[in-house]
Amino acid sequence: MYAFIARRLLATLPVLLIVAVLVFLMLRLTPGDPAAILAGDAANPEQIAQIRESLGLNESIVAQFGIWAGHLLTGDLGESFYFKMKVVELIGQRLEPTLALATLTILIAVLVAVPLGVIAAWRFGGWFDRCLMGFSVLGFSIPVFVLAYVLIWLVSLKLGWLPVQGYQRLEGGFWPFLRHLILPAITLSVIYIALIARVTRASVLEALGEDYIRTARAKGLPEWKVLVKHALANAAVPVATVIGIGIALLIGGVVVTESVYAIPGLGRLTVDAVLARDFPTIQGVILLFSFVYVFVNLLVDLSYVFFDPRIRY
Amino acid sequence: MRTAFAALVAAALLPVLAPQAAAQGAAKVLRVVPHSNLAILDPIWTTAYMSRNHGYMIYDTLFGTDEKAQIRPQMVESWTESPDKRLWTFKLRPGLAFHDGKPVTPEDVIASLQRWGKRDAMGVALFSFVERMDSPAPDTFRIFLREACGFLLEAIGKPSSSVPFIMPKRVADTDAFKQIEEHIGSGPYVFKRDEFKPGDKAVYLKNTKYVPRKEPPSGSAGGKHVYVDRVEWNLALRDAQSQVNALAKGEVDILEAPAFESVEALKKLPEVQIVMSGPTGLQYMARFNHLHKPFDNPKVRQAALAAFSQLPFLQAQVGLKEYYRVCPSMFTCNTPYGSAVGSEIQSKSNIRKAQELLKASGYDGTPVVLMKPTDLAAIQKLPDVAAQLMRQAGFKVDLQAMDWQTLVGRRAKKDAPDKGGWNMFLTAWQSHDIWNPIANAALDGKGEKSGWFGWAKDDRLEELRAQFMRATDDAKKKKLAEAIQTRAFEIATHAPLGEYVQPVAARKNISGFFVTNSNIYWNLKKN
Repeated sequence: MYAFIARRLLATLPVLLIVAVLVFLMLRLTPGDPAAILAGDAANPEQIAQIRESLGLNESIVAQFGIWAGHLLTGDLGESFYFKMKVVELIGQRLEPTLALATLTILIAVLVAVPLGVIAAWRFGGWFDRCLMGFSVLGFSIPVFVLAYVLIWLVSLKLGWLPVQGYQRLEGGFWPFLRHLILPAITLSVIYIALIARVTRASVLEALGEDYIRTARAKGLPEWKVLVKHALANAAVPVATVIGIGIALLIGGVVVTESVYAIPGLGRLTVDAVLARDFPTIQGVILLFSFVYVFVNLLVDLSYVFFDPRIRY
Repeated sequence: MRTAFAALVAAALLPVLAPQAAAQGAAKVLRVVPHSNLAILDPIWTTAYMSRNHGYMIYDTLFGTDEKAQIRPQMVESWTESPDKRLWTFKLRPGLAFHDGKPVTPEDVIASLQRWGKRDAMGVALFSFVERMDSPAPDTFRIFLREACGFLLEAIGKPSSSVPFIMPKRVADTDAFKQIEEHIGSGPYVFKRDEFKPGDKAVYLKNTKYVPRKEPPSGSAGGKHVYVDRVEWNLALRDAQSQVNALAKGEVDILEAPAFESVEALKKLPEVQIVMSGPTGLQYMARFNHLHKPFDNPKVRQAALAAFSQLPFLQAQVGLKEYYRVCPSMFTCNTPYGSAVGSEIQSKSNIRKAQELLKASGYDGTPVVLMKPTDLAAIQKLPDVAAQLMRQAGFKVDLQAMDWQTLVGRRAKKDAPDKGGWNMFLTAWQSHDIWNPIANAALDGKGEKSGWFGWAKDDRLEELRAQFMRATDDAKKKKLAEAIQTRAFEIATHAPLGEYVQPVAARKNISGFFVTNSNIYWNLKKN
């Protein structure tokens, strides 16, 4: 087991290296000049050239990569061209909102979707099952921003229950922190509820057809125990996989939600950095995202051991 | 039982609600949604308007420009000029102090002007006349000129990017091509550096020691009275619809630049007022690349000018009549040099005339690479109108969509259009930045050497601008400005495409708005 974890962690290094090289090259080939952006609209070409020089953009791509990689080895992601801050510090500022939003979203999604999926499988073909499948299609189809505006109009503007926008850091109190996150998290969780509920339903449905379920029922176990302890437990591996994929996808999914709800998280930072051609920040954020992606996949693989003791690494 | 339960709930919620209520009761906070993100804190290093607005919060200026474009003293108490106009002596107001309590000295002023003079176009022009500066007394500084020039006050009192803000000498001594690290001024607000999170918020506290001038506020001049304790710029709220929602719910107080599409909806909100920010506003502009075919030929550029009737651009981009006006002046209307002189080629234009001019120009059908920014709502529709009008006139147009930052990077390239260069782009300027022939970058005729993007080269234009710099008589300056505009239309440096005023949306409990083109947050009261 520990050898497996060590192997997987070591395997992330070449992945991150490839990501680093690709991102670095792609950014340099992308049109747009960070110096021209920084200089402002009224700057003349001479001023832009001076800024380009000061940013080290006149060096060859190989030299630029060498400098960046050298810093990276010491854990330094460089300094943002645009924000004039250390990228690590910048990411640190934006990590909490994104982490909070992602955690609450997945929490809501799992707590709602798994029971719904189990019940739908249990009542296969009935009105509940059909409603859930209908909701599922709707959940996949509604764009996040549309849902966000509808929820804001209803919950914030008409009912006045929750704020329209903004983020309150945890240090400012738990309730202010939570009330700013509820709407964004619900907005973002709908698509994951649809996805997880669908997969849970299919997996539980398959498990319910197995002999051990018939045996459990023949033993006279209450139905909820049959569903939870036998059907759901055996259907957990695909559900865990989908949740893992969901977490990884969530990293990209927060961009729109953070924009609509004005949450200063990593999604907004990525958009700002891309628009400003802020190479060091984009590189830093993408490296972080890649690492999270690889790490979440590792956790999912490890969770298989917990859900299915037959699996050994 | 029910009462006991309510009391219990109230007691439970008290710790959550009480700090907020107490905080709101204690301090008046003005919550503003600026037009863009604030990233660069050095208003001399960049010409970005957000950095300029940040500068106005924390720095003071020697002079300001009032709503009638007249230069008024700000940090300066009085000044004199020698009969030959080569020696200018300025006395500072008493009691000027930086936020750290240290007095503003002539040495601070001289260092600030020197740094600004290396970056700003008008500053560079001014310093080509400056022989030296010195301080004969603790409250006085002098500027010695090699020869008389007629724009000294206009330069050091200029209201827009880059504004000659006065910084402490130790800060102003920073290399003009490096960003400053310390953000301390003598202006009406103190910057809370520890609360600044780019992309999230910027916070300014009232400078309680600031002594405003007695005159009423006007433009960037007059008394800078602060009636709130704290101003918070919400830098995260950039979605147009979310901004409207937040204003409607009272989560923010002011939207600096609501989308024109939102204005009608905002007017219907009972708690919201629409404020007209300034009489001069902004000008849309089409810029030709003078280096490459077909716009290396002035006759082709004139044909494009003739095609560019302003009204279609304004109708498409702004839409609401009360916010736009047709104005043929290259210096914008309602300004000292604003006039229609020499503009006939455009102001009396029509497509038939454009077709005739294009035919006479010998245009060979070279496609015009027109760059269209897809992500900048403020000018997004203009390129489509330009492309349509040019096609009607007989041009072949290659409309290339890209994000604004790609456009900004690409327009700096001098390569041929088929090798990554370009032929034309459209933009918007605040009138403050183009209302005189020195500040107006599009009227620079130096060509490739140091001209603005498009690199117009015209010796006659440069000669007229040089005469304007030396002219000290207002009537003569106006005549020269007219001559410059006439020449600019003759060689079609660029095309003014009409003007608009950006409305500001605010909650009705905010009062004290005054006429200014920059986004300035003094004199505002929150009831």
